[in-house]
Amino acid sequence: MQDAVLAMLAKEPSHGYGLRARLRQSLGPLGESMNPGQIYVTLARLEKAGLVVSERAHGLPERPERKVYALTPAGQERVAAWLIEVDWPKPDLAEFHLKLVAAAATRLADPVELVAAQRRELLRRLREAQHALLAEPAGSPAALLLEGIVLRLQADLRWLAACEQAWSKVDREAEDA
Amino acid sequence: MNVVVRVRGLVKEHGQGQSRVRAVDAVDLEVPQGQTLAVMGPSGCGKSTLLHLLGGLERPTDGEVWLAGRRVDTLTERALARLRRRSIGFVFQAFHLVEELSAAENVELPALLAGCSRREARRRAGDLLERVGLTARARHLPSELSGGQRQRVAIARALVNEPLVVLADEPTGNLDTAATLDVLRIFEDLRAEGQTLVIVTHDERVAASADRLVSMRDGMFVDDTRLAGTGTGWLGGLIGLEG
Repeated sequence: MQDAVLAMLAKEPSHGYGLRARLRQSLGPLGESMNPGQIYVTLARLEKAGLVVSERAHGLPERPERKVYALTPAGQERVAAWLIEVDWPKPDLAEFHLKLVAAAATRLADPVELVAAQRRELLRRLREAQHALLAEPAGSPAALLLEGIVLRLQADLRWLAACEQAWSKVDREAEDA
Repeated sequence: MNVVVRVRGLVKEHGQGQSRVRAVDAVDLEVPQGQTLAVMGPSGCGKSTLLHLLGGLERPTDGEVWLAGRRVDTLTERALARLRRRSIGFVFQAFHLVEELSAAENVELPALLAGCSRREARRRAGDLLERVGLTARARHLPSELSGGQRQRVAIARALVNEPLVVLADEPTGNLDTAATLDVLRIFEDLRAEGQTLVIVTHDERVAASADRLVSMRDGMFVDDTRLAGTGTGWLGGLIGLEG
């Protein structure tokens, strides 16, 4: 998230609260729990790293919310590199998959039950994301982000349906044997 | 709690002798007024048959179907047809609109069949098409509408007689993402107004938007999950500025 804050300063220098407002607009409900203090902590770290400089607005007391932040040349370079970097969040399914394998091998838990519990949880998350999406004006940046979250959850739920079928079959074969 | 749909020991068998299959196997279900219930399950699990039994489109082999306190599986064919027309709204995957009639006429038709005056039917159709955002398309034939628009006409038609329950069979099965969202928005509004809905679906998005989800397999319910009022605050926790 440090990189995102930095990139927002690339257009023009800004106060911390201006950055926070822009982040919240782009993130919609995902940005709601972001507290005001976090952005100043991030900005202080970036300043320490020499990526931003701050200037106190004239004649006002020294408080972080009065400062205007701007990119340094090093900050500019970092933003340019970040924007073209090819990176993607990992679809981290291996751990859950291994959990099912372990449950079946040790007979300490029923894989089909584990899948069902996970499915219920993901459906609740999907419901929440879907609700938030319907509440956003169509075409807003936050709606686009929520659509991505909804589609990923949908893909995960389809995978869980495949898991459920496969492990039920293993169950039945074990019973028949 | 007013129960709109009540089902006891419901069984439906198809076929004869050796090839006899239980499509629905001893199902019990209660849907209270205002609940949106989704039914999911693999193809052939019996979910569409269940919906047909609830709507009086098929008769059960055994068990009982009650609608708003009235037993319906024992009604005569004629009384059942009347009940379907007046008290149940159907929405199908393939829309089932009358191709020769305009959008407005399609919506008016069930009202006229239920004995409404022309004027009253026209008024209701106008209101409903406005609610589904199709006032400007009222005079169009179904062939002149997109899939999403046709399904919205079908939903308006399902609502025209203020049914006790709307039964929807794969309502978004033929729709793209944008049209699916339109349908979900309409269902959301209906829920807010206290309409009872039973939706059979393959679509996780539709299922997740329901208050309650039952999963079917081999004609039986294998899971019954309450989704409403279980918000986890998960979305707000997805993003931290740190890191």
